[in-house]
Amino acid sequence: MNSGFLLTYYLPDNVVTNEELADQFPDVTPEQIFKQSGVRKRYLTNPDEIGSDLACKAAKKLFLENESLVVEEIDLLIMCTLSPDFKAPSTSVFVHEQLGLREDCLSIDVPMGCSGYIYGLSLIKAMITAGLVKNALFLLAETSSHATHSEDLYLRMIFSDGASATYISKEGIDKIGDFVFGTDGKGAKSLFVDRSATRNPVDQNWITQYKDEPGNMLNGRMYMDGAEIVTFAIRRVPKLLAETLEKNNLSFDDIDLFIFHQASGFILHVLRRKCKIPEDKFFVYLEEVGNTVSSSIPIALKEAIVQGKAKKGMKIMLLGYGIGYTWGGTVIKL
Amino acid sequence: MVSDTHGEEPLLNYEVMTVVEFTRLLEKEFEDIEEGTLIPSMNYREIPEFSSMHALILIALIDSEFDVLLNGEDLRSVNTIEELFNLVTERL
Repeated sequence: MNSGFLLTYYLPDNVVTNEELADQFPDVTPEQIFKQSGVRKRYLTNPDEIGSDLACKAAKKLFLENESLVVEEIDLLIMCTLSPDFKAPSTSVFVHEQLGLREDCLSIDVPMGCSGYIYGLSLIKAMITAGLVKNALFLLAETSSHATHSEDLYLRMIFSDGASATYISKEGIDKIGDFVFGTDGKGAKSLFVDRSATRNPVDQNWITQYKDEPGNMLNGRMYMDGAEIVTFAIRRVPKLLAETLEKNNLSFDDIDLFIFHQASGFILHVLRRKCKIPEDKFFVYLEEVGNTVSSSIPIALKEAIVQGKAKKGMKIMLLGYGIGYTWGGTVIKL
Repeated sequence: MVSDTHGEEPLLNYEVMTVVEFTRLLEKEFEDIEEGTLIPSMNYREIPEFSSMHALILIALIDSEFDVLLNGEDLRSVNTIEELFNLVTERL
């Protein structure tokens, strides 16, 4: 018997420090990189290691760490990645096969990026509550480095590859509160990966343009309008916090710990100040791992548990926001 | 209706802030700039070492001090510190 809510994470082997980044960009110092990003280390996969590989490694780690978990009992697999194996079929199919999950396991992709953890939790809660499934395996994995141009220093400063795995059973959903969601497609181009699928696909000119770039940007290229993202976060996240409190019939002081999507040091600093959250209630785990997109909340949550900042009985608010724009919030009780 | 800022008020009384005070505020926020270096007629993008990061700092500063939220397009629509100040005060 376990608590019904277990999680872990996996980071790839290649570490890039600020010193190594600064070596490639003589105009900046390692300390300037830290001040601008809030990150000291980020992790990169090898070119032949993709999202589903990281997801499977995270899943296997979860099973190794928790002997009570039984692969054959998983009847829902949710895969959250913006780095899919193929356009079709869904990445969850490949993960299902690699992990040897049972044939009647429902496997779906939820490629929601920064708010993906919240969205996935909501689906798991809904499906278990409805009696459709009993034991969910929720994997999130991103390899944003594969769509990052070597000259895009700011993107290279903040983003990191990584994966997480969360197991939730019927006992676990009692720990998950109510949800708030939101979508604003006007922000779709503020953070997006161009030339990455069917609309505006890679063509010969693109290949020629990036012939000297490692990987030739064949997975597309990530663009981010930092000013628009900051404006969105300042406008939306404080409202999301207030709405999530209201939805869960809680007051601000009822929350023991806040874990936001770990976007960047700057955004987290601005949001904490704007939302008037005391530093000791605002968990940040960015310096050592960077922004791992969909896995940033579960990685931070796991670290908060490991470090003793998140303890049994605590109410923890989880807020996801970003690419889309999409956003979502909930409160969990450990 | 729910409050999104827990009663947060702008930190400064903008009604009495002048463009010179606004300029001093920017100097304080942008590290490594000596007091008196900036003048209202200066193009804010020509502030020494100005980068995209400073644009983000401007957005956050103006939001916290004036409760006015500018976006990237707003920033691109003005050039000098004085024009930026005027844009902010128009939105109050």
